[in-house]
Amino acid sequence: MTGTGVGPELISLTGVSVGYDHHHVLSDVSFHIHEDQFTAVVGPSGAGKTTLLRVLLGVLKPDHGTITSQPGLRVSYVPQLETVNWNFPITVFECVLMSRTIGRRLPWPSRAERAEVSSVLERLGIGNLATRHIRELSGGQQQRMFLARALLRQPQLLLLDEPTSGVDVSTRHDVLHLLADLHEDGVAIVLTTHDLNGLAAHLPHIVCVNGGIVADGSPAEVITPEVLERTFGARMEVLEHLGMRVVVDEAPHMFAARGVN
Amino acid sequence: METILEPLTYAFFVKGLFVASLAGALLGFIGVFIVLRGMSYIGHGLSHSIFGGFAAAQLFAAQFYLIGAGLWGIASALAITTVAKRGRVGADAAIGVITTASFALGVALFAKFGTSGPSFENALFGSILGITTEQIIGLMAVSLLTAAFVFLRYRALLFTTFDPDVADVSGVRVGRIEAMLMIILSLAILATLTVIGVTLVAAMLVIPAVVARMLTDSFGRMLAISTIVGVFSGFVGMYASYYAGVPSGTMIVLVGAAIFVIVLAFTGGRGLRRSAGLDRHVDAPLLTPIGAK
Repeated sequence: MTGTGVGPELISLTGVSVGYDHHHVLSDVSFHIHEDQFTAVVGPSGAGKTTLLRVLLGVLKPDHGTITSQPGLRVSYVPQLETVNWNFPITVFECVLMSRTIGRRLPWPSRAERAEVSSVLERLGIGNLATRHIRELSGGQQQRMFLARALLRQPQLLLLDEPTSGVDVSTRHDVLHLLADLHEDGVAIVLTTHDLNGLAAHLPHIVCVNGGIVADGSPAEVITPEVLERTFGARMEVLEHLGMRVVVDEAPHMFAARGVN
Repeated sequence: METILEPLTYAFFVKGLFVASLAGALLGFIGVFIVLRGMSYIGHGLSHSIFGGFAAAQLFAAQFYLIGAGLWGIASALAITTVAKRGRVGADAAIGVITTASFALGVALFAKFGTSGPSFENALFGSILGITTEQIIGLMAVSLLTAAFVFLRYRALLFTTFDPDVADVSGVRVGRIEAMLMIILSLAILATLTVIGVTLVAAMLVIPAVVARMLTDSFGRMLAISTIVGVFSGFVGMYASYYAGVPSGTMIVLVGAAIFVIVLAFTGGRGLRRSAGLDRHVDAPLLTPIGAK
């Protein structure tokens, strides 16, 4: 699997510092997203993962540094499922159609729009759920619906905020395979996650963030006790399992063995 | 039958029936957006705020007091939005300060200088007696403007109501849509103020929309049902007001409340579940501007 960033550049951040109330959440960040990017941004809560997404989305302007992006770049964003009002009175079809909002449009969908939405729903395997209320979907189906909405914009870059947060293991596998398929189809993907073993370790490229970029590289380069300690401020064990790195929290008895209180 | 037809022989009643039905439709229609955005309290606050402008404007330009009250209301709405967006003061606190201060000013001005327009009581609780032709034209104009705005910006309104974060990053001008909605809301409150009254307008913004939400899971149908419930409440409430001899606004709201109870009885838990998320404020932490906390 490629995805470490060797294709043409889509967005480039150089020496970017950004924050709120002049307090920098991220300092001196240089980060380049390429056409074949497939990256997990990991870090503890408050480390600046979401802030980095906001910068990439263009809704946060940096205090310092420069951002350049490919002219006409199409970026889509998939929010955290937990931030959504699932009781809102819309169907899956209406939700996906929201991607067709810009410009002079009638309230109801045109025949072409109906076909486009149906096609993207079919592609994601939820074509039979178009008329369902969004509350009736399972976690995996909800994520597919938002991916469908994002894909309707035919993005070159897909940004996802914690796509596996609050979902079960089976849904997490679903989402991971779906993203891998989209990446194979040529969509650059950057996502934030807390899930080191279930998601980040499966991706070809990881960026560790904590107030800035602590490290970035392949899982083999980044998932090490030293990098994880610098990123999360906690000691973790890294094991090898079937060629993959597996992160394990250090148990209290291990602190004692190292003479740590 | 004769009892029902009898009030229709009075021109003022026919006029009132038309205005009350149209006011109910307008508030029911716009109320869907207000309720789904968790802005019910803004509707409540704005109506009180406009009362301040209503009283103040009469002092300076009695013949243009509606324009003055409208400008006051729009300014209040934009002030609430701006203060709330700064993030340091919550929207509820901003509404509490701005609108109640405005309402208090209105009461003080009414008490000190009186009014050349509707009486204090009519302004608070609504009356059909004081309705002028200009006000009817104004109500029709605001209704048409609201319908046109929703028709032309339906998708942007739906997107920004459901998911302002993603709407913003998808290129929808969320701030502009919200400002326009606030202006429309201010105008709707102002146009219906004389019929329903300052203190009861908020109820008619909320009740039809909540009833509609209990009956459907479709946004489009919710708009239609809420408008119909608003019309029905206005129409029946006006009749009830005539027979009971009480202010029109009170009976319109009571009819709406009765519909709510009936629908609740029929839909039970399902209706309550549907309307359960209506007070949810979908904050936009992702898109809070720089400088906000």
